[in-house]
Amino acid sequence: MGALSHYLEEGGIATTGISLIREHTEAIKPPRALWVSFDLGRPFAVPHDAAFQRRVLLALLRLLEAPSGPVLVDYPEQAPHTDADEMEGVACPVSFGGAAEPGDLGAALAREIEEIAPWYDLARQRRGRTTVGASGVSVEDAARIVGSYLNGKASETINGLSAGENLKLAYEDIRAYYFEAAGARPGSARAQEILRWFWFKTAAGRAFAQLQKVCLASRDESAKLFASRSLVPNVIQRELPK
Amino acid sequence: MVRLADLHPADAKAQLDKIPALTGFGRPWVKPPVLSKARIAIVTTAGLHRRGDRPYGPSAKSTDYRVIPGNTPASELVMSHQSVNFDRSGFQEDHNVVFPIDRLSELAREGIIGSVAEYHYAFMGAAPIKELKPKAMELAWLLKKDKVDAVLLSPV
Repeated sequence: MGALSHYLEEGGIATTGISLIREHTEAIKPPRALWVSFDLGRPFAVPHDAAFQRRVLLALLRLLEAPSGPVLVDYPEQAPHTDADEMEGVACPVSFGGAAEPGDLGAALAREIEEIAPWYDLARQRRGRTTVGASGVSVEDAARIVGSYLNGKASETINGLSAGENLKLAYEDIRAYYFEAAGARPGSARAQEILRWFWFKTAAGRAFAQLQKVCLASRDESAKLFASRSLVPNVIQRELPK
Repeated sequence: MVRLADLHPADAKAQLDKIPALTGFGRPWVKPPVLSKARIAIVTTAGLHRRGDRPYGPSAKSTDYRVIPGNTPASELVMSHQSVNFDRSGFQEDHNVVFPIDRLSELAREGIIGSVAEYHYAFMGAAPIKELKPKAMELAWLLKKDKVDAVLLSPV
């Protein structure tokens, strides 16, 4: 991000940027940066808290008034805790019977997607939007693509993309579907709890853990690239069985 | 989050390893007009695009960007970033967590900033940073054509 700042300024455009990793910003020295203590993925911190987002945005824009630079300012506010932060021991608000059909993870994934549908639909209705849809196919078709690959068939493709690209997009949509559904239940859990639920408590988690093994063992470089770089978060990988 | 001391040692080391590549830039400094006259665009590295746009490819060297018109409904925004090591649930709940277009528009209506650009831009944010320069220079030219004075950068 800091490199883009330098390049855009070279091109004549003033910039001011959020810094998520302070040490990187200290090294790259962009003209203007506001370090925030929020989670990676949340540069403006708090969903549906317009006042908080506005304060961060104003602090960021005010850096454009600095007479000289580089400027690196620490934003003083922490992201507020939600009620869910205080609920010790809440593993995840969603629980489904995805343990059946252990021999066919693709089928278990498809059935779990059906079970979750009411919560996903509720989330979509409440938010008035969904982030499922990067692949351009339905989540059911995305699950079929994953199931086919797990069963040794890789014939289903989206727009002629490579196996790795297909699987990446299918994964992106399935994961968004689960996370949105999980967020719709009462007493919604923290992002980390939903992440752990997805990987350790659902058929989807088991299917994708298995998919990683299948892809890494395949001869298809695109599938290997997907499995090694864009499938399992580091924080989860350390806990998965080898 | 996020000082490196807060991360798992392996993740902190991965972040530290990136630092040598982050040095050696010049000190360009563009002075924008006063905020109340400035036209502002958002550039994010969150891997955002419109539903139906070409998703970001698997190459970590990819430097291509997607255009997000300012009037794009939130329901049309999706994410296909290659990294899985950041939270997406905030964006799923509210696009402004990553792409604060509603807040920026409010500031324009209140006269705190001059105006909001017609077009905003998204990168996938995993490319080697020195390879970004040609696309960034192209973007600067496009931003000038949209009469943009300043950009706010939103990473994930």
